[in-house]
Amino acid sequence: MTLTAETTHPNAEKRNRRVGLTLMGVAVGMVGLAFASVPLYQLFCQVTGYGGTTQTAEANPKGVIAREMKVRFDVNIEHSLNWTVKPAAAITDQIGRVDTVNYIATNNSDKPLTGQAIFNVVPEKAGVYFNKIECFCFTEQTLQPGETVEMPIVFFVDPDIDQNHELKTIKEITLSYTFYASDNEGS
Amino acid sequence: MSQTANLEAHATGHDHAAHDHHTPTGWRRWVLSTNHKDIGIMYLVFSIIAGIIGGLLSGFMRMELQEPGIQIFHGLASMVYGISDPSGSIDAGKQMFNVFTTAHALIMVFFMVMPATMGGFANYFAPLMVGAPDTAFPRINNIAFWLLPVAFILLLMSLFFEGAPGSTGFGGGWTVYPPLSTVGHPGPAMDFAILSLHVAGVSSILGAINLITTILNMRAPGMTIHKMPLFAWSVLVTAFLLLLALPVLAGAITMLLTDRNFGTTFFAPEGGGDPVLFQHLFWFFGHPEVYIMILPGFGIVSHIVSTFSRKPIFGYMAMAYAMVAIGFVGFVVWAHHMYTTGLSLDVQRYFVAATMVIAVPTGVKIFSWIATMWGGSITFRLPMLWAIGFIFLFTVGGVTGVVLANAGADRALHDTYYVVAHFHYVLSLGAVFSIFAGWYYWYPKMFGYMYNEFLGKLHFWTMFVGVNLIFFPQHFLGLAGMPRRYIDYPDAFTLWNRVSSIGYYVTFVAMIIFFYATWEASRKKRPAGDNPWGDGATTLEWTLSSPPPFHQFSTLPKIDSTNAH
Repeated sequence: MTLTAETTHPNAEKRNRRVGLTLMGVAVGMVGLAFASVPLYQLFCQVTGYGGTTQTAEANPKGVIAREMKVRFDVNIEHSLNWTVKPAAAITDQIGRVDTVNYIATNNSDKPLTGQAIFNVVPEKAGVYFNKIECFCFTEQTLQPGETVEMPIVFFVDPDIDQNHELKTIKEITLSYTFYASDNEGS
Repeated sequence: MSQTANLEAHATGHDHAAHDHHTPTGWRRWVLSTNHKDIGIMYLVFSIIAGIIGGLLSGFMRMELQEPGIQIFHGLASMVYGISDPSGSIDAGKQMFNVFTTAHALIMVFFMVMPATMGGFANYFAPLMVGAPDTAFPRINNIAFWLLPVAFILLLMSLFFEGAPGSTGFGGGWTVYPPLSTVGHPGPAMDFAILSLHVAGVSSILGAINLITTILNMRAPGMTIHKMPLFAWSVLVTAFLLLLALPVLAGAITMLLTDRNFGTTFFAPEGGGDPVLFQHLFWFFGHPEVYIMILPGFGIVSHIVSTFSRKPIFGYMAMAYAMVAIGFVGFVVWAHHMYTTGLSLDVQRYFVAATMVIAVPTGVKIFSWIATMWGGSITFRLPMLWAIGFIFLFTVGGVTGVVLANAGADRALHDTYYVVAHFHYVLSLGAVFSIFAGWYYWYPKMFGYMYNEFLGKLHFWTMFVGVNLIFFPQHFLGLAGMPRRYIDYPDAFTLWNRVSSIGYYVTFVAMIIFFYATWEASRKKRPAGDNPWGDGATTLEWTLSSPPPFHQFSTLPKIDSTNAH
């Protein structure tokens, strides 16, 4: 007599296979969930402004309030992109007012270079209130050798920021851009 | 008790059953093994070997940290990597320290604790305790085991390949956060580590599926789920945690791998990714992982406390469902590892509260162990010492855990030696003490021989003093602000670092006593008998011979209604 699970537990092999395959399915499903978390997380950041993700808007429908906010601008450039970018000067204005500022970018190299900017704001919780109507960061920019361009940002701070108790004491928001070389152009 | 008497007839019937069909011998018995007990023993041996390597790595770190400045690692680096230029060897030494930190953690987590508890003890004793003749998928069991040495070799190989440019090995910590694990270590060392984790993860998932199926499907007649011994419960809960958590790690490190090698940007901001996403995925796995390491210990300790108090465990149902609760809540507290990543206050509030909730089922367990001892006729045999040591040390680690659960306190203590002290109290002292408790409790059952009780007690007391000497002063260092994962520190931290290093040497001596005691037991061959622990040991494995026959329960044990656990 061979002593397998079969002889001691009738139909064991079949039942075991069913449970085993179900559990294998659970494991595969969890791998799937790990990957599904990537778009979900992106969506979550866009909706909640988590991690300082800024919002986009057509216009400011909510009006202007008396509280003032200083907005500072910052720039970082990845070392493989041979550009110089001068950030806009800090601006202090009433919350809700639509403002336009300019970054100035120069291609220092002798060939066309394409850059792509990514950005967020600090404090990160202000991301959900920081609206951009127009911004160079929405598209890739190609600069010809030696070319200098102005890169405008049209933005406003949502007056709802005044309702957020975590941001009551905030007087400054910093918008930071990091420029990366785009892979499709030589850099 | 009554059950023990009932089963005597079965036990005597087994010896000839073992002779009925041939038992494989020589290398075939082990390499091709499908026998849960042999595989369990192989897991334990593997765990001991990995533990020696992981323990020696931490020894170099403690020697280095004994005094401020860099004393050991530049020499070690020039020796191992053949760097002659002195300033180059200092840099290589710094990287090597970080590589050792990383390897120590990965080895102890994936190749020492998990193989010992969920590999060794779970494979050996969970089927015995539920009255099963073997596990549900014996061949998968074999594969699961043999994947582990492969994974371990991959990890060890990663130590000798280029990591960060111009240096050797991956030094980014066991949490492998990007960007340090992507653009920070472009060399193949990190790829080897990722593949190692993949293989180890597959091994654990296969093992978990096997154990869950065994426990759900192959219990003896009458062994209902609510009569199942607590160790089997702990294995069941842990296996589910493995099944749900490890695939998430596998997914996350696969994304790391493609980010590194195939140009994806899951965690690279320049392509719209976010490095913080990796932290979420990692800790969604990482926090259940710490319960994976400790839950089987809860099961082991429950049996030992009950055996040597000669009382059934207090609050069996509460004990079982406390483990279920810990496992469940363990999945929704991950971001307490990430308080400093910019979570909003409300999110932090949630994670603080949820984390503290875990103290409730954990408290249920600790008080139930104490209540089991209360009024019992306690004998302080060796396994009982380890079990009580476990309860004490785990409670200390639990208390510092509640401190760290507070987002406000964590702001100051994040990434300091306070955290190091905390998780070593629950793991290096808690989990490891439960492993030694299980080792000394089941040693006579697994090998049929009795060890020298005095040597075992010497091992316990030396180790108890040693590990406390290592880790208690690290609380002071952390509170004083000493950060983790650095090769050097300001002079102000010298005293407690020196004490901590002395503690390592004491622990080292304890390990030598352990190996000597094991060697002595195997030489003297004192027969242990079927049940050396007397009436208190009521679970099924004690009804069998020591060691149990190659195939047990050819006639299934019947569990009567009076008691089981």
